[in-house]
Amino acid sequence: MFEKALKGNNYYWMWLAFLGFFVGIAVICYLRQYFYGLGLTGMSRDVSWGLYISQFTFLVGVAAGGVMLVLPYYIHNYKAFGKITILGEFLAISALLMCLMFIMADLGQPLRGLNVLLHPTPNSMLFWDMCVLWGYLLLNALCGWVILTAERKQVAPPKWIYFFVYISIPFAFSIHTVTAMLYCGLPGRHFWLSAIIAPRFLASAFAAGPALIVIMALILKRVANFDAGKQAIDKMVTIIIYAAIANMFFVGLEFFVGYYSNIPGHYHTLQYLFFGLEHHGHVYNNLVPFMWGFLILFVIGFFLICNPQTRRNNDLWLGIGCASIFLSFWLDKGIGFVLGGFVPTPLEEITEYYPTANELFITIGIWAAGFFILTILYKIAIGVEHEVEA
Amino acid sequence: MYDSSKIIPGLIIFVLFVTIPIWYNHGDAGAAPEIKLPQDAKACVRPTAEMRASHMQLLNQWRDEVLRDGDRGTIEVDGKHYKKSLMLTCMECHTSKKQFCDKCHDYASVKPYCWDCHLAPVE
Amino acid sequence: MDKKRRDFLKVAGISTLAGLGGTAVVDRLVSGTHPSVANASGGHGEEHAAPKEEHAVQEAPKTGKRYGMVIDVKKFQEDPALGERISRACIQAHNIPEFPEKKDEIKWIWMTGYENAFPEKSTLYKDETTEEHQVPVLCNHCDNPPCVRACPTKATFKNKDGIVIMDFHRCIGCRFCMAACPYGMRSFNWRNPRDFITEVNRDFPSRMRGVVEKCNFCAERIGVGQKPACVEACGDTGAMVFGDLNDPESEVRKLLKENYTIQRRPSLGTHPSVFYIV
Ligand code: SF4
Ligand code: SF4
Ligand code: SF4
Repeated sequence: MFEKALKGNNYYWMWLAFLGFFVGIAVICYLRQYFYGLGLTGMSRDVSWGLYISQFTFLVGVAAGGVMLVLPYYIHNYKAFGKITILGEFLAISALLMCLMFIMADLGQPLRGLNVLLHPTPNSMLFWDMCVLWGYLLLNALCGWVILTAERKQVAPPKWIYFFVYISIPFAFSIHTVTAMLYCGLPGRHFWLSAIIAPRFLASAFAAGPALIVIMALILKRVANFDAGKQAIDKMVTIIIYAAIANMFFVGLEFFVGYYSNIPGHYHTLQYLFFGLEHHGHVYNNLVPFMWGFLILFVIGFFLICNPQTRRNNDLWLGIGCASIFLSFWLDKGIGFVLGGFVPTPLEEITEYYPTANELFITIGIWAAGFFILTILYKIAIGVEHEVEA
Repeated sequence: MYDSSKIIPGLIIFVLFVTIPIWYNHGDAGAAPEIKLPQDAKACVRPTAEMRASHMQLLNQWRDEVLRDGDRGTIEVDGKHYKKSLMLTCMECHTSKKQFCDKCHDYASVKPYCWDCHLAPVE
Repeated sequence: MDKKRRDFLKVAGISTLAGLGGTAVVDRLVSGTHPSVANASGGHGEEHAAPKEEHAVQEAPKTGKRYGMVIDVKKFQEDPALGERISRACIQAHNIPEFPEKKDEIKWIWMTGYENAFPEKSTLYKDETTEEHQVPVLCNHCDNPPCVRACPTKATFKNKDGIVIMDFHRCIGCRFCMAACPYGMRSFNWRNPRDFITEVNRDFPSRMRGVVEKCNFCAERIGVGQKPACVEACGDTGAMVFGDLNDPESEVRKLLKENYTIQRRPSLGTHPSVFYIV
């Protein structure tokens, strides 16, 4: 089926070349980091995780978001999603590959990565995270491929594949739950130490993931003559709306607990993220613009996807609305959540984190690599679709 | 579909390509390196043949015993006690990393990461 | 697909979910959280002992050691140069690099403000101790160490003497342990440390870039019957005393009996083995 990815118009190749360019830069930057060490990043002993891990966390959510198509289709037999579940599965694959690349970029000794398997340690959440991420990746690759092949041959998919499809649903929930457990089980990091983290992660994932799929479907409609169907898109937007509300509700609860209880550990980080934290006469606030961006984009996006005018009558506004929600939740989880957790440090000091250019290019390059893979996978899926229709 | 006129030459080129190191060295492995043995020490913690074949396993074993099990017992050879330590035992006799370790490692093209952390004797 | 099959698979899917959060994990997690008697086990020791370790927290013999330390903060006020002496001793003993940039910083033991070390102890009007003087901080060698729980490779583990120690050969540099340590006692080698070691101690290795490091309670010195380097640097001031917390006759136990001592952030249930006389 791969031959489908080898035929495309000029725009297709230009787009791939564009992404490839950033991948190339990232490879060079990564080699520099590999030979020098992670000192080329902005991380320090106080903020020991940076952009890489925060992108990883966000992308696990995007991968899990695909389940919002798989679940209604396979469990509730919601037929309208039939055509686009493959988009969700392939999005999950590329998001997970990005996750793995971000993890590798973040390891101090990447060549020893296999030690996690050689010395399995069940009490470490990272071990479990690796298990479920790999599991979910393989499940999606298997299900996506088998179902697409069947579709191409115009036969019903083999029955055994449904077993794996159903397993992939709890796996989708587990990848993001376990990723949340990386954070929420650590004593002494008050911002992370909250039982609401896992549900909040899932809520924002179930908004951000489908939002990206809607954007992709709208783009594919224009550039690849692939129509996901009005009903499917509308249903997805409904899912996004509810998930987004749930996420904001959970964020609001964090605010209540922090500020009403007035326990310093519980509100310091929120204070730092949204208003700036004063410490020894200096106000630390480098993440404040991002967090207000999160709130403002949420309001804009929410309005655009709720208002029937912009939601149903105009693809462009709908696209912008979904993009705002996606970006908004990226700022929340892909920037604020991880970086904020390190402020203040266990020794009640504040160190702010600024990524370096090298680090930024690696990050951009991994995103580009993810979209490169996604483009190719979508190209294959749509090629098959067109072939069947023809 | 099965285009043997392309596949077979392709296979041959591939095989030739992956065996480049052999052709390049004319099938000759080069002269075995001569390592400089310590002058004043006569005995090693294990027989020469065993050390040559499996010193790396022994070092790993020592590492695990000392670090993980906290077992710092010594090894007795000819009435002398030796610690289980690369820096404090091996390199006490084999005073030159360049003349001893590196000779074979370079020849075999292995790059152990011991010396990223452990300090080689001053030469 | 017929209806029955669909139902069956639903059940199968759900039971997998249940299996994922399975009992084994729960057992594991729970066994690590008992507020144990002072013993030197729990977490995971060497894997040779794997079969025993499951219930080690409860069953470990009382004769097992648990090394700890008592630090007399007043002695550090009397001699302001002492703080510098102990950290230098550690730097020399362990080839700790000193980088020009704060971002690369690696430290095992250092002096910090009273309120930094004990953020939960609030004061309205500070007394002299809390106002001006500094206290030494180092790894607490927690009896229930979160860093050990987090490490995915057992590169950080608790040894049989209760010392939380690292195997630098195994560390993959994921820095999960740094996020997990609630005391900020761990440092990472952001770049090759070799060129930044001022005085080389040829009896102890250095580290390579990409691994985490922290105070090891001088396991290499204790193992051969010496005192930790920082304790030795205190001379006979008695500012830092090292010993076995499980031995009722030990000097540390005597000090704990005679003095009011505090631990850092005790509410987190990590059971630190470093005590402070304030
Ligand atoms: S102080 Fe930190 S590094 Fe030391 S044992 Fe406790 S959790 Fe681990
Ligand atoms: S950085 Fe090393 S010691 Fe820390 S958790 Fe990862 S593997 Fe373990
Ligand atoms: S006990 Fe040893 S390793 Fe720890 S701070 Fe003191 S000198 Fe350094």
